Amino acid sequence: MEFPEELKYTEEHEWALAEGDIVTVGITDFAQDSLGDIVYVELPQVGAMVEAGKTFGVVESVKAVSDIYAPVSGEVVEINEELPDAPETLNTSPYEDGWMIKIKVADPAVVDELMGAEEYQEFIEEEG
Amino acid sequence: MLKKTPLHRLHKELGARLVDFGGWEMPVQYRGVLEEHLATRNAAGLFDVSHMGEIEVSGEGALAFIQEVTVNDASVLANGQVQYSAFCYPHGGTVDDVTLYRFAPDHYLFCVNASNTEKDFAWLEQVLEEGAFPGVKLRNVSDEFAQLALQGPAATAILGRLTDTSLEKIAYYHFFEGLVAGVPAIISRTGYTGEDGFELYFAPAAAEAVWRALLAAGASDGLLPVGLGARDTLRLEMKYALYGHELSPEISPLEAGLGWIVKLDKPSFIGREALLKQKETGLRRRLAALVLTEAGVPRAGYPVYAGEELVGEVTSGTMSPSLRVGIALALLQPSQAAIGTPLQIGIRHRRVSARVAKTPFIRK
Repeated sequence: MEFPEELKYTEEHEWALAEGDIVTVGITDFAQDSLGDIVYVELPQVGAMVEAGKTFGVVESVKAVSDIYAPVSGEVVEINEELPDAPETLNTSPYEDGWMIKIKVADPAVVDELMGAEEYQEFIEEEG
Repeated sequence: MLKKTPLHRLHKELGARLVDFGGWEMPVQYRGVLEEHLATRNAAGLFDVSHMGEIEVSGEGALAFIQEVTVNDASVLANGQVQYSAFCYPHGGTVDDVTLYRFAPDHYLFCVNASNTEKDFAWLEQVLEEGAFPGVKLRNVSDEFAQLALQGPAATAILGRLTDTSLEKIAYYHFFEGLVAGVPAIISRTGYTGEDGFELYFAPAAAEAVWRALLAAGASDGLLPVGLGARDTLRLEMKYALYGHELSPEISPLEAGLGWIVKLDKPSFIGREALLKQKETGLRRRLAALVLTEAGVPRAGYPVYAGEELVGEVTSGTMSPSLRVGIALALLQPSQAAIGTPLQIGIRHRRVSARVAKTPFIRK
């Protein structure tokens, strides 16, 4: 399983990448592996406001439904429109082609408060 | 403490994801539900179903006893034949759905759902004690059998490499006793996937050897080990009932669309009066198949609507790996169950369009 160093991670198994005031969000390799074959993705609309720690979308595998939580608060400025038609991308490329939404944040520094790659790996080892 | 099948160690070795299934630690998937599902449809799949229970009925009065506890007519069975049947409570609800094997006029075997084994056995013992069935002997022989299911279009060719038994002579819902990889086994042409294939019963001590031999024999055909995840999607595409979903103490076989196994012309069996009454006065609800006409994954417990009116509930649902659309079984008001009826399924905050479909969902 891979956990890129440049990303930040949440306890709900999302990743976040800040570039200026835009934060890209997706689910981690651990999340996609735990879910298994992903067959359905529900994303918010562009313009929706999301709140840190609150659910913004849903990912479903054959066997399970999983809420996806926003790592940061802000406005959704872009969504990965290809995902709903190709949900398996979340399995094959969780950190790149499988990105979910981009959030415009007031203060990008909030992303730094999330876990780093090493800390996240320790977290899932303890949890699992 | 979860119960383990004799193949537990091998499942771990194969990297299976293990889950609690009715008190058993069972593989839900090895490489992935979709891949395992499609392998079974297109080549073959090997399933460990050793958790299933087996209850033996023997003695001179065996048939009379079986006729009383089952809804189907066991008197039509020949030696070497299998029958799908069910146990019902006096009120018509279902104790379990079962397969019945006849070895001899005085020797039968029930294969029952794993999580119901003890309940079924206690219920059968109680019926036996309270009734007049002299000379009937009941044994819970679940621990004496491992069970594997080999299913798929390549199943016959694969099994043929490991047995001298003429598989072409075993008709659907019939069985032979023969050797598989040198191990004495019941070779039953039955299954829970909609594909041609076999269910094999043999001594637990031989489970690893038979499992390995089958996987090796089928490797070139694309045989994969398959977990309970794909077992569920495979059965769902065929509209096969799963106890606890389409059948339960509250759901009768008639409501579950299993009228074809309920032989009301049999003079007596437990539940007959209640089921006869259900049939005469009309069912309150019946099982129907739904296909989603927009994106979504229906799941057990989701409500079903006709416009604003709540008309039923999903009993099982999934994304069909074969069709790539959401499919569901649902108990519906009979007036809403006609093929083609447009309905909606409540999925979280949305109402997703569906229509009542013909089954099986897939055409074989």
